[in-house]
Amino acid sequence: MASSYNAKEEDGHHSGAPAHGGAAAAAAKSKKPDNTAFKQQRLPAWQPILTAGTVLPAFFVIGLIFIPIGIGLFVTSNNIREFEVTATPTRDTSNVFMYYGLSNFYQNHRRYVKSRDDSQLYGDRSALTNPSKECEPYRMSDGQAIAPCGAIANSLFNDTLELYHIDSNGTRNTIPLVKKGIAWWTDKHVKFRNPGGNNNLTAAFRGTSKPVNWRKPVYDLDPSDPDNNGFINEDFIVWMRTAALPTFRKLYRIIQKKAVTTPTLPSGRYVLNISYNYPVLSFDGRKRMILSTISWMGGKNPFLGIAYITVGSICFFLGVVLLIIHHKYDTRNNSADIPN
Amino acid sequence: MTVLKEIPEKWFPVVLPLQRKKQKGLGGGKSKKERKEEERRVRANDREYNEKFQYASNCIMTSKYNIITFLPVNLFEQFQEVANTYFLFLLILQLIPQISSLSWFTTIVPLALVLTITAVKDATDDYFRHKSDNQVNNRQSQVLIRGLLQNEKWMNVRVGDIIKLENNQFVAADLLLLSSSEPHGLCYIETAELDGETNMKVRQSVSVTSELGDQNNLSSFNGEVVCEPPNNKLDRFCGTLYWRDKKYTLTNQNMLLRGCVLRNTEACYGLVIFAGPDTKLMQNSGRTKFKRTSIDRLMNTLVLWIFGFLVCMGVILAIGNAVWEREVGSLFQSYLPWDPPVDNFLFNAFLSFWSYVIILNTVVPISLYVSVEVIRLGHSYFINWDQHMFCSQCNTAAEARTTTLNEELGQVEYIFSDKTGTLTQNIMSFNKCSINGQTFGEITDPLGPQPKRLDFTPFNPLADLDFCFYDDTLLESVKVGDLHTQEFFRLLSLCHTVMSEEKSEGELVYKAQSPDEGALVTAARNFGFVFRSRTPGTISTTEMGRPATYTLLAILDFNNIRKRMSVIVRNAEGRIRLYCKGADTVLLERLHPCNQELTNITSDHLNEYAADGLRTLALAYRDLTEDEWEAWSESHRCADKATDCREDRLAAAYEQIEQDMMLLGATAIEDKLQEGVPETIAVLSLANIKIWVLTGDKQETAVNIGYSCKMLTDDMTEVFIISGHTVQSVRQELRRARERMIELSQTRDAVKEAGMEGWGEAYFTGNGLREGDGTGGRAKQLPCPPPPPPPPPPPPSNLMDNISGEFALIINGHSLAHALEADMETEFLSTACACKAVICCRVTPLQKAQVVELIKKHKKAVTLAIGDGANDVSMIKSAHIGVGISGQEGIQAVLASDYSFSQFRFLQRLLLVHGRWSYLRMCRFLCYFFYKNFAFTMVHFWFGFFCGFSAQTVYDQYFITLYNIVYTSLPVLAMGIFDQDVPDHRSLEYPKLYEPGQLNLLFNKKEFFICIAQGIYTSVVLFFVPYAVLSDASQSNGVPLADYQTFAVTTATALVIVVSVQIALDTGFWTVINHVCVWGSLGSYFTIMFALHSQSLFRIFPNQFHFVGSAQSTLLQPVVWLTIALATAICIVPVLAFRFLKLDLKPQLSDTVRYTQLVRQKKRKPVGRSVGGAWRGTGSVSEGRLGARGGSRRSGYAFAHQEGFGELITSGKNMRLSSMALASFASRHSSGWIDTLRRKKHTPPSTSGECSPAPSCVSGSVPPLSNSSSVLGGSQDTPIEQETGTAPAQNTQPVPSSSSQTPPAIVPDSEAAAPQGQAQAPNAGVFNSSAVKCHGGDSPGGWTLSLSTVQEALFGWKGIAARTSGSNSHGPPSVAKETSQIE
Repeated sequence: MASSYNAKEEDGHHSGAPAHGGAAAAAAKSKKPDNTAFKQQRLPAWQPILTAGTVLPAFFVIGLIFIPIGIGLFVTSNNIREFEVTATPTRDTSNVFMYYGLSNFYQNHRRYVKSRDDSQLYGDRSALTNPSKECEPYRMSDGQAIAPCGAIANSLFNDTLELYHIDSNGTRNTIPLVKKGIAWWTDKHVKFRNPGGNNNLTAAFRGTSKPVNWRKPVYDLDPSDPDNNGFINEDFIVWMRTAALPTFRKLYRIIQKKAVTTPTLPSGRYVLNISYNYPVLSFDGRKRMILSTISWMGGKNPFLGIAYITVGSICFFLGVVLLIIHHKYDTRNNSADIPN
Repeated sequence: MTVLKEIPEKWFPVVLPLQRKKQKGLGGGKSKKERKEEERRVRANDREYNEKFQYASNCIMTSKYNIITFLPVNLFEQFQEVANTYFLFLLILQLIPQISSLSWFTTIVPLALVLTITAVKDATDDYFRHKSDNQVNNRQSQVLIRGLLQNEKWMNVRVGDIIKLENNQFVAADLLLLSSSEPHGLCYIETAELDGETNMKVRQSVSVTSELGDQNNLSSFNGEVVCEPPNNKLDRFCGTLYWRDKKYTLTNQNMLLRGCVLRNTEACYGLVIFAGPDTKLMQNSGRTKFKRTSIDRLMNTLVLWIFGFLVCMGVILAIGNAVWEREVGSLFQSYLPWDPPVDNFLFNAFLSFWSYVIILNTVVPISLYVSVEVIRLGHSYFINWDQHMFCSQCNTAAEARTTTLNEELGQVEYIFSDKTGTLTQNIMSFNKCSINGQTFGEITDPLGPQPKRLDFTPFNPLADLDFCFYDDTLLESVKVGDLHTQEFFRLLSLCHTVMSEEKSEGELVYKAQSPDEGALVTAARNFGFVFRSRTPGTISTTEMGRPATYTLLAILDFNNIRKRMSVIVRNAEGRIRLYCKGADTVLLERLHPCNQELTNITSDHLNEYAADGLRTLALAYRDLTEDEWEAWSESHRCADKATDCREDRLAAAYEQIEQDMMLLGATAIEDKLQEGVPETIAVLSLANIKIWVLTGDKQETAVNIGYSCKMLTDDMTEVFIISGHTVQSVRQELRRARERMIELSQTRDAVKEAGMEGWGEAYFTGNGLREGDGTGGRAKQLPCPPPPPPPPPPPPSNLMDNISGEFALIINGHSLAHALEADMETEFLSTACACKAVICCRVTPLQKAQVVELIKKHKKAVTLAIGDGANDVSMIKSAHIGVGISGQEGIQAVLASDYSFSQFRFLQRLLLVHGRWSYLRMCRFLCYFFYKNFAFTMVHFWFGFFCGFSAQTVYDQYFITLYNIVYTSLPVLAMGIFDQDVPDHRSLEYPKLYEPGQLNLLFNKKEFFICIAQGIYTSVVLFFVPYAVLSDASQSNGVPLADYQTFAVTTATALVIVVSVQIALDTGFWTVINHVCVWGSLGSYFTIMFALHSQSLFRIFPNQFHFVGSAQSTLLQPVVWLTIALATAICIVPVLAFRFLKLDLKPQLSDTVRYTQLVRQKKRKPVGRSVGGAWRGTGSVSEGRLGARGGSRRSGYAFAHQEGFGELITSGKNMRLSSMALASFASRHSSGWIDTLRRKKHTPPSTSGECSPAPSCVSGSVPPLSNSSSVLGGSQDTPIEQETGTAPAQNTQPVPSSSSQTPPAIVPDSEAAAPQGQAQAPNAGVFNSSAVKCHGGDSPGGWTLSLSTVQEALFGWKGIAARTSGSNSHGPPSVAKETSQIE
């Protein structure tokens, strides 16, 4: 692409033929390029150079920042108690979170992930009766639209877990499990909405059929609480937030702390009652139940701390090594001259 | 899309339905058309008759599109690009639901963007084409219709029309000249636009039509022309005119071609023969070859590799998918059944392959090509904008005519340069002369005060103000009336074929056919012998203020064999005298024997002049008696009228009278080098660029220029001349040259090892032009102290690679023709490539191209051809990069070129600054571009192993769409456009900085793999760090973080941050724009992400924005930020360490320069930069001492004009009636020149306008003529002025007798005060001077430096140089001082 064009170029003619008056005046005008910093590539610029004076301190600084963070993270993480299935309760006074975990369950499979209709879940009337094609083959059942449609909804986790504390007398005390507050706020309040509000879900869902694997229709998920029923049932919402990895856990219930002094889960014997509905053995899956406390940085996460300590140490070490190399083999002379 | 000329014919059918009708099917029907138009018949003034043939109209359409066709045609064109088609294919794949792993818009948005950008660019290009088409098509011309002249637009001119042209008008179509206002139907045209030749050409109409005269007769003219069909041969036309039952042969001499300009002719009438696309101009504007850079080719290869890599990954993942579906997926079907048409895992895997091809397609970045184009466009603008490449004399800025080659400018290894007009200015200046045994024009004392330029005005009001001469003794000699001197200048004022034009009194403009003649006549003019005007039979001059008229009896014209021309004139007293000027070799033989003594002295002078690189001519006269003249005149007439062997008989007649002449003296003309040529060549050779001069000139002239521009030096180990005429002799000479080189270099090496004592002797052969033959014999007598050790017999090619020592090769056209034959070309190549300088003389344009092709074929090196004339076009087109020198000869070379500027010295800036930067930027850009795309895409690959190979993407689809075109495009573009490693003046200071480009170090396959590896490493970190952290992490409210959307946001954010940090590391030059781009991109990422994840968008399209709330929810988590920080550190720390180590242990020169820059800045900020402000280099450095080479005298009878001009003059055909009348008028009233002056002043302006046929053509502002006017003294003063400040610098040149190490003259620069080794000194010298220039702002002189520094810089050993030249120089000592004689 030639960057300037005129008639002369393609036809061999001067754009302003000398015969034309005024062409001479135009020709006399200087074509000198503007003397601006931009056009002359003289814009003021910062020209960083990787010198020993900048790089080595950077390494030490990174090391010095990372190692304490790592230690902090590691300690925090170690303070978090996390227990799987046969767990020993703690004396922690904070909330205890109860998770169910699944392994080898591919919630992140492409066909699985897309098999949902967010319009339907948003309470859109037309999508309710005519769900998106993405939901196939869980879109229609017996001529009726499935609500909620799609493979994700269809495979809703439906085991129920109950936790009992056996006190010293041997009596079983049901530990109250809070089933609200386990979903993202935006999911609960924005993304999921029942068609026609939360009143009379049965009527709202009329003309739809339940997902094939489900035992009860969507408006019966939690009949006791209209704010937790239908599409806005939190267990359902939690399930619908697909996991990134085939081994995942999802928040099931929260065991709320009782008082400042009493531990949430006093030590003692506990019984976990699982009503087994959800088949996983067919695809070699595993189920877990996890109880965990939470710190400022979330759940137990030893990796982060260790990684920080490691990276910080490596940086520090690299800094030292580079410093030695720099001193020993420095080929750059520090004068302003260039050796030839 | 280089030059507009390359209009693919294939577009014509689409664009020009009209034309298509007329041309009856193009492409396939082409042969048909040719068959149809075996001959062209045109009848004048008969439109109906001519309509039958449906000739093309004069409408020119170079544009490709119109408003309706633009979209389909442009899209069709764009989808011919493989990349675009590939993405279209992907788009189609995405429409298949089973395959689609991404929404269609992830591909269509970038594709549409790329297509739009290209389309906008094409549309703009085409708009300008339309504009220029319209402009051309709407030009007015006067067409004779029914006896009346009517104004018609060009496009409405038809074949067969008669049109009237006026002076200075462009010829509208290819015309048959019918009649003209000039006598004999003559008219003058300038063909510069067509073939690049600036001299005017004469065209003459057939005599029958020239008699028609006015338009009334012409309108009844109904002759019919039958001629050849349209073709592209500019110099050939054959046809026949049938009129009134007679046949007249038509030749090219009768044709006015489109693109020419009518000059010196009031008006003329022509019959349109070819119009529009059939004109020779349009037929000639063929498609230019589309040039690609080596980076382009590498890029294409790499894209193919990446494509292969993509397929491999696809296959791996598909296999993984097959295994997974079989082992896991089939069991998992209770939750996730296969899609309906899929019934087995293999089919599933097949689909998954295509799905992965879609999501991994970003490794072949769609925006790559368009970004590269944008960057190159930016670089081109920087070239156009560069003030340092602006020539204020010719008011032309450098121009990047092709925007696709910029980075290749940073990789040039071979430069092929034309000589005339490129290295030299093609300005001849009368420099010295020898009159009657006395030489004038010498600078007597180089150390003395600067001689003043002579002021001729008080002595001679007619003097040309631009003429420069410095020796006032000559002027004195004229003033006191020395007869010899006066006769000398009288000869110069009479013996020539120059035409004069006197617009107003005293304002003489000479039109010379060759600049040499112009210079001589101008010299005579200034020394009081003013050539005023001529008629066929007279020459009017003003001699020392008195008008004189000579009767011109005969012009014995120049030709190449005679190498001389003579005139025979009769003066006012009736004495007849023959004046002759010519090549000394020819002329000295024809002198009267009594001249012997004078001949010897003059001969010495001639040798001196030749040694100084001047072109010489000898002058002589002979008195003739009336009888002698009568007798000769009779024999001459006989010869002239002879029908057979006229030429020979004429020559014999000339020979007969040009005898027994009396020698007057000799002239010496300097072929002025362009400004800064030697310095540029020195710097370029320091940058390891080999320069070959390819010239059509004679060997002597070429060698001469080679010496004066320091390509050849006396320090060269040996200069070989290949001038054999047979295959055998050429082969032998080449072989000998090679043997000699090996021998000498071995000696040298041996000597080096033996220690320093020996090498003075080893250099004994030093310089001296030696003919190739006989070398072998003499070489055996080398008295080198340590005999060359018996060489282990390595293969000869290997030997040739390791030649040390400086050799030069000079080969002439004949030998080159043999050397370029297939069986000898490798031999020639290996010889030539071992030489530092190669000069090919007497080469044809085709050979120029062949030489370039030879290097291209065998060397894999980037070649650059630079030239200014039409004869350089072939070379310019075949080299990788063609550079045209604008503003000298025509524009043909410029039109064919990729870059154009007006001074050779700008080449160093183009290559060392712009080219280097472009290469660096492009390489950095590509490295980063591939890196960022791999880092981005490969995450999907790793994720594949965790999502059942289902082609699930890691990122949000919007992120995938926007990543390449929004989030990461601008920072890398800014780096690609603005980055600098070292500032411009530094890269001129250290030409070695250019080497990485030549060696292709910055971006090659290895670098590519490093980038890719880094990208893959980054992708691993970006996937597995979040994986490890997030899999078990949870928010502070207990909700797990391992959900897909959080993972996607975390990874994407980490990616954007990592690549931003990486670009920050890569950017070496942080301008405001870079800051804005980097920070802006980061900002835009967060802004856009929050917008896309916002509730409002979700509420409108719940099915499109699944990620609602993810951004807030994720980015509020400290763990996420810790993860990002960790990933960034892991990605960047190794890079940082690696780069630091590389910088610390193996710094590149550019790193060191950059570092020292920093140190310097820190050390002394307050130091001013004005050191050496007065230190201006010479415009044209005075010639080197050539006497040492034993005076190969170069007689420069360099008349470029064709013979036959003398005949034109004597026949009076080229004389205007009016000017003849004036001349006779002047001669009649020759009562004294003051009188004449007065008389002329009173002549009414209209007369003067009439008298001087082309008023505007005389004024220097008319571009096409500016050349000739400058030759005649238009702008000679500028270079000279530049020289004035430089005498002190020049004086520091090594005087041959001194063998001490003179420090370079430029130490005053404070920077050089730092201790530097001797080897550094020259560099420092070069550099400081350049720095001075850089700060000097817009000094047109650019940077120039003293010759001595260059010499030293080039050839470190001055002591040796001095010794050798000292021992070899056998000229008188005064000669040595001439070196700085220009002043």
